[in-house]
Amino acid sequence: MRLIRQLLQAAQFRRFLLKIPGAPANIATTLDGHAMALNGEGAKALQLSFLSSAVGGVFGVLLLIFLTPVLAQWALAFGPSHLFWLAILGVTVIGSLDSASVVKGLLSGCIGLWLATIGFDDIMGAQRFIFHPSLGGGINIIAALIGLFAIPQVITMFAKGHKNDGTEAIQVQKHPIKSAVSELLRYKRAMGIGTITGSIIGLIPGVGGQIAGLVAYDQSKKFSPDKDKFGTGHPEGLIAAESANNAMVGPSLVPLLTLSIPGSPTAAVLLGGLLIHGIFPGTDLFDNHPDVAWTFINSMLIGQILMCIFGLYVAGMAARVAQVPQSMMAAIVLGLAVFGSYSVQSSMGDVYVMASLGVMMYFLERFGFSAAPLVLGLILGPIAESNFIQGSMIATATDGLAPYFFTGPLNLFLIAVVVLSVLYSGYMELRARRYTSKEEIMG
Amino acid sequence: MSNITLPRFQHIIGSGIVAAVGASVCYISYTQQPSEAFLFPRLIATVFVVLALWTFVKACLGWTKVGNGISLTQFKNLAPGLIIALIYIFWAAKGLGFYTATSIAFFILLSLYDPAPHRVLKSWVKRIITTACFMAVMYGLFALLLKVYTPREIFF
Repeated sequence: MRLIRQLLQAAQFRRFLLKIPGAPANIATTLDGHAMALNGEGAKALQLSFLSSAVGGVFGVLLLIFLTPVLAQWALAFGPSHLFWLAILGVTVIGSLDSASVVKGLLSGCIGLWLATIGFDDIMGAQRFIFHPSLGGGINIIAALIGLFAIPQVITMFAKGHKNDGTEAIQVQKHPIKSAVSELLRYKRAMGIGTITGSIIGLIPGVGGQIAGLVAYDQSKKFSPDKDKFGTGHPEGLIAAESANNAMVGPSLVPLLTLSIPGSPTAAVLLGGLLIHGIFPGTDLFDNHPDVAWTFINSMLIGQILMCIFGLYVAGMAARVAQVPQSMMAAIVLGLAVFGSYSVQSSMGDVYVMASLGVMMYFLERFGFSAAPLVLGLILGPIAESNFIQGSMIATATDGLAPYFFTGPLNLFLIAVVVLSVLYSGYMELRARRYTSKEEIMG
Repeated sequence: MSNITLPRFQHIIGSGIVAAVGASVCYISYTQQPSEAFLFPRLIATVFVVLALWTFVKACLGWTKVGNGISLTQFKNLAPGLIIALIYIFWAAKGLGFYTATSIAFFILLSLYDPAPHRVLKSWVKRIITTACFMAVMYGLFALLLKVYTPREIFF
């Protein structure tokens, strides 16, 4: 669990020093964070960022602690048809909201769902799409995740060639932590706006940290008496964005832990981890595996505090971290990917699957496809299939397939959300294109 | 057809491959037996092929707006690294042994993409030391700590 926190917070170093948002969730933070670093306030920016992240993050985890068990009880009312639609909803929400193109996002989701069917069928034991002996046991989720996320990055680094990416290191001057704390208290309004906005946005599946950060930044700007200072290195913008993108992490796990809907690609990876160990989100998690559930949630809370302390004390060394050459990074990631995927089941087949999916994903990404819906399809595929099969058996014995899957208030609600998320994303895509073409015409 | 640009051509090829895969999946799903085992794949394959064909038609008509394709420079840059990585994964790791293959691949990739001058002895020494350090960490982590038994084959 601490990995999410570490990923978001490690990204802060790159973000401030190189103006590269290490994760989409950090886009809003870069607006004032990099300006502060250029103004010689790099250490202060990092300290404020870590402190506001911790405040937002702790609030988000507390929300997770109080909301999840209540909603998990509600999930008991779900039957196979509802769980099937929930799995489809998970794929379509990420496929449509997290991709630049709705059709390509949904297509990526379909590819993932198809990949999940490779191997032996659970009920009949029939072979499905086994084109190579390595695919006999199906596609291992961990190997697939390594391939889909790490290998495209390695190839992207190769594609940059000899270009030296060693961006000039910005000097990170010392700044007392005490004054960062008092500064944070001075801008408590921005922190409040960021924390509340992030927590609310986090509860909506598929809406990422980038939206939380940007909305909080915008709201904080509206309510601030120093509107003009935003974007020039004003701490208020940084605090609002940073507390929001961390406050959304805890609530984004509520749909995952209660309804098996991963609210983000990272949550999808966590779902994969739980399923590998035979643990299903929902009441099963809290009734049969409370040790796992609460260790998992508490580690997030502890992780928030530890990452804040760690971040505050290593801020000064950040410049060195950002200078690792890409040639070395690519070779290291490749080596780790090969060893990591082999070590899962001591199988070369997993290494071949990892490499094949990774190379395929690199080229697909170049043509506008994205890894997140594909991964979700792969993870949610078995849930969707088992519930579809169970549902179709019940349907055959009762009213038939169509009435079972397409009637009832919950089925209709879930179908409506699936359709609305696709339509909304399609509308937003069209609007963005119109805006871009208008801008092109205007010069 | 004379105004087909490189990205548009790449989109046609790329989406054509995806559509061909979708059509194959659809064909297999509807023809293989037992049909009960292919019930869910049929559902997925139908949506897959429809979306893939739509993407292909859009690419053919030049309506694709997302994705920049690969420029010739990018392709020239990535090709050597990709070839080495594929040889390493699909042949050397099993044929030579994991540690030997990884150290060779790591050193070659580092040398290929390192911006440091290739005629300076110091930079070669640095690359050798980096490779040795990386391999020591990998051995310590996977062989000693995690006790992963990797294929050792001809060498190690």
